[in-house]
Amino acid sequence: MEWEALILTFKLAALTTIILLMAGLPIAYWLHQTKSILKPVFETLISMPLVLPPTVLGFYLLLAFSPNNALGAFLDQWFDIQLVFSFSGLVVASVVYSLPFMVHPLISGFKSIPTNLIEASQMLGKSNGNTLWHVQLPNMKPAILSGIVLSFAHTIGEFGVVLMIGGNIPGETKVASIAIYDAVESMSYMEAHQLSFMLFAISFALLIAVYTINKKHTNLLGK
Amino acid sequence: MIDLAFSKTLAESTQDLILEARLSLEQGSFTAIYGPSGAGKTTVLRIIAGLVTPDTGTIIVDGTPWFDTYQKRNIPPQLREVGFVFQESALFPNMTVEENLNYARSKSQNAKWVQDLMDLTEIASLKNRKPDTLSGGQKQRVSLARTLVRKPRLLLLDEPFSALDDEAKQGLQRMLHTLHKEMKLTTILVSHDMAEIMQMADRVIKLDHGKVVADGQPQKIFLQQGVSSKFVVTGTIVNIEANDITSIVTVAVQSNLVQVVIRSKESNQWQLGDRVMVASKAFNPILLKAHTAD
Repeated sequence: MEWEALILTFKLAALTTIILLMAGLPIAYWLHQTKSILKPVFETLISMPLVLPPTVLGFYLLLAFSPNNALGAFLDQWFDIQLVFSFSGLVVASVVYSLPFMVHPLISGFKSIPTNLIEASQMLGKSNGNTLWHVQLPNMKPAILSGIVLSFAHTIGEFGVVLMIGGNIPGETKVASIAIYDAVESMSYMEAHQLSFMLFAISFALLIAVYTINKKHTNLLGK
Repeated sequence: MIDLAFSKTLAESTQDLILEARLSLEQGSFTAIYGPSGAGKTTVLRIIAGLVTPDTGTIIVDGTPWFDTYQKRNIPPQLREVGFVFQESALFPNMTVEENLNYARSKSQNAKWVQDLMDLTEIASLKNRKPDTLSGGQKQRVSLARTLVRKPRLLLLDEPFSALDDEAKQGLQRMLHTLHKEMKLTTILVSHDMAEIMQMADRVIKLDHGKVVADGQPQKIFLQQGVSSKFVVTGTIVNIEANDITSIVTVAVQSNLVQVVIRSKESNQWQLGDRVMVASKAFNPILLKAHTAD
């Protein structure tokens, strides 16, 4: 079995999830509390990966990262970063592609907290940062967990974007989903079976963990 | 001394309501805001707290402007030194009772004060409990204690007892009354409970459609609006038993049923569910000592 592909997949998913959590929290917080007229524009942009074929996203990222274009050339010349057909490129693409899977649960989490809890914290003289850290985040743990697991699972399931931007370089961009495709193409069904089953089992375990924990937590909150 | 003069247009379902208030509150006073629902009572509290911004006006507390549209000044709620007790307790569900109080503590306050306050408000035995395991009365007691941790300059209470049963309500009312005196608080209570106001407040401001319609001592204000009869209660008609000449109308007044005999000719003007006043003019009602559970 291609352990290399499987390990690469989890490395990609873990890195993507960590970056998404750090980026998703401020984005979700801003979108939740902003009264800006641009809010629908940002909401739409974040949701685009849900409706676009992954190949569209992959194609544009490929163009953007290409050393022939401004962004790609800038990164290459100034930072010596090549995002096309590299692991770093996959991470960037995955972050963009899985963004709604992190941001949407977090926004729901922020919305689930009664306004009077936030106002009570303000009336106790606490800054917005204090309120966020001690009141909002601890009371939306299920939403945070959902965001983490959904982003992780969704990144494991990526195919189109990875194929467009990463190609099929073993140990660098050949993740499990690509390896399965490769195995089927070369008629190695046994290998395709092994990898497919592993992905199925892991994704199932992750999702069932989220549903179970969420149910338990919802009961605890008495909702 | 707290001087308020503001106006705010509130979007209501039928028509816009213009809330206007011009009041001065003495240090250490206990003021109640009374009025029908939708009169703007809660909004007055929220404006003082800084949770709602008025369209125009000023809020000046001991000479310091908290809000002033002319000087474009608006101190954020966090810096207003106001304690706010919400209708629903608003305790943080992720913290125990003690953690809720400790969270409220400012850096300069020591932990001993929280312990003292828990003893004072009789919640020390609940300190390790999470809010979802507390009764309604206990929650409001903790909520009141948490608000007092910071020793607010102004205590605002938004119908904090409305969801409680009589026993829990009376216990908390007594405690609030004591704490108000001992901590020399300036308190504003929004309430629609006449008895509660007469028991605790030394001034009542009656609000209707966003305007102050009466302002003075509770006894004077409430006794003015009374009818000439000696005894009046309000209730809901729950049964009408029509006979040939007389009919018996049963009225539910809180948890009691009162039967009133009327002429059958009059009975068709009443329907089940009508809100009515039961008044007695000829008889002098008697007072008997009520047995309360505490």
